[in-house]
Amino acid sequence: MLKCIIIDDEELARAIVEQFCSKLDHLEIVSKFSNALDALKYINDNPVDLVFLDIHMPELNGFDFINSIKKPPHIILTTSDQNFALNAFEYKCIVDYLVKPVNLPRFIKAVAKIEVPNAQSETKRGEETNELYVNIDRRLVKIHIPDIYLIEAKGDYINIKTETKNHIVHATMKNIESKLPTRLFLKVHRSFIINTKKIVDIEDNSVLIKKEVIPVSRSNRPELINRLNLLN
Amino acid sequence: MTPNLNYINKISGEDISFRNKLIDIVKREFPLEKEEFLNNYNNRNYPLSSKNVHKLKSKINVFGLDDGYAIAAKFEEELKSNKHDSFSDFVIILDTIENYLKEI
Repeated sequence: MLKCIIIDDEELARAIVEQFCSKLDHLEIVSKFSNALDALKYINDNPVDLVFLDIHMPELNGFDFINSIKKPPHIILTTSDQNFALNAFEYKCIVDYLVKPVNLPRFIKAVAKIEVPNAQSETKRGEETNELYVNIDRRLVKIHIPDIYLIEAKGDYINIKTETKNHIVHATMKNIESKLPTRLFLKVHRSFIINTKKIVDIEDNSVLIKKEVIPVSRSNRPELINRLNLLN
Repeated sequence: MTPNLNYINKISGEDISFRNKLIDIVKREFPLEKEEFLNNYNNRNYPLSSKNVHKLKSKINVFGLDDGYAIAAKFEEELKSNKHDSFSDFVIILDTIENYLKEI
């Protein structure tokens, strides 16, 4: 599964790309942005495999966006201008260049150029193992992953909360997120990752995990709702 | 030069709700983009007007106006050099689309 975001200041263009993505099972739209600045904040805190990126945008254009990321994910440019095609291929991360209005066959051809992570590489994200070792006071302490109900960012540290104990570890949210199985864990806010199996209830912009009320950011709420087995 | 929904119909297939969604978006977005362009142009902010034209260009394409797209592309370049020979032709295209959007 490829986690994708769409960045385009035109709502029409975002809607079309989103619709095309829904036709392909291995693409998952995790967020959409009308400006590249918001997307930049998101991509620094969340794993993204593929970006559908417009070039002409106010404030920060598509190339500025790419240049602002240390290790850019795969990028497919979407633009109504053919003039940038040559510039585009100077970037290794740019896999294709779609001229608007985009049609589905051309879109599929572009996406097909990206290698989808196979099941084996997915297990690297904690899908196979139930154990996570963390370095605390020069000891490697084993944590049973399904016991984790919440991870909270605390400056340069994270607090890993389990049923029995809290572990304060020197690590980033991005780092811990990459070690957790995506089927169980979800980042709902820049400072919180939750175990979705431990949810008690959800209310507007917050979620109750055990007895803790955790904020849910607007950009992460659609993914949270997607994960639920909703009756109505 | 008559706008059409061929592109929107093609990508929507039989998904009527998606087709309607796209039409709703374009009905909402287009007048705002046109207004923004005219404001910037009337204020002689040609660099910004050029960016507005660029954005409108993709909408013109959506409505299958190939000649209109060529005029928009030419006008976009003119504005970058503070020229505006194609202004009247460009506004005719915008008005044509605006009137079409009122009918559908």
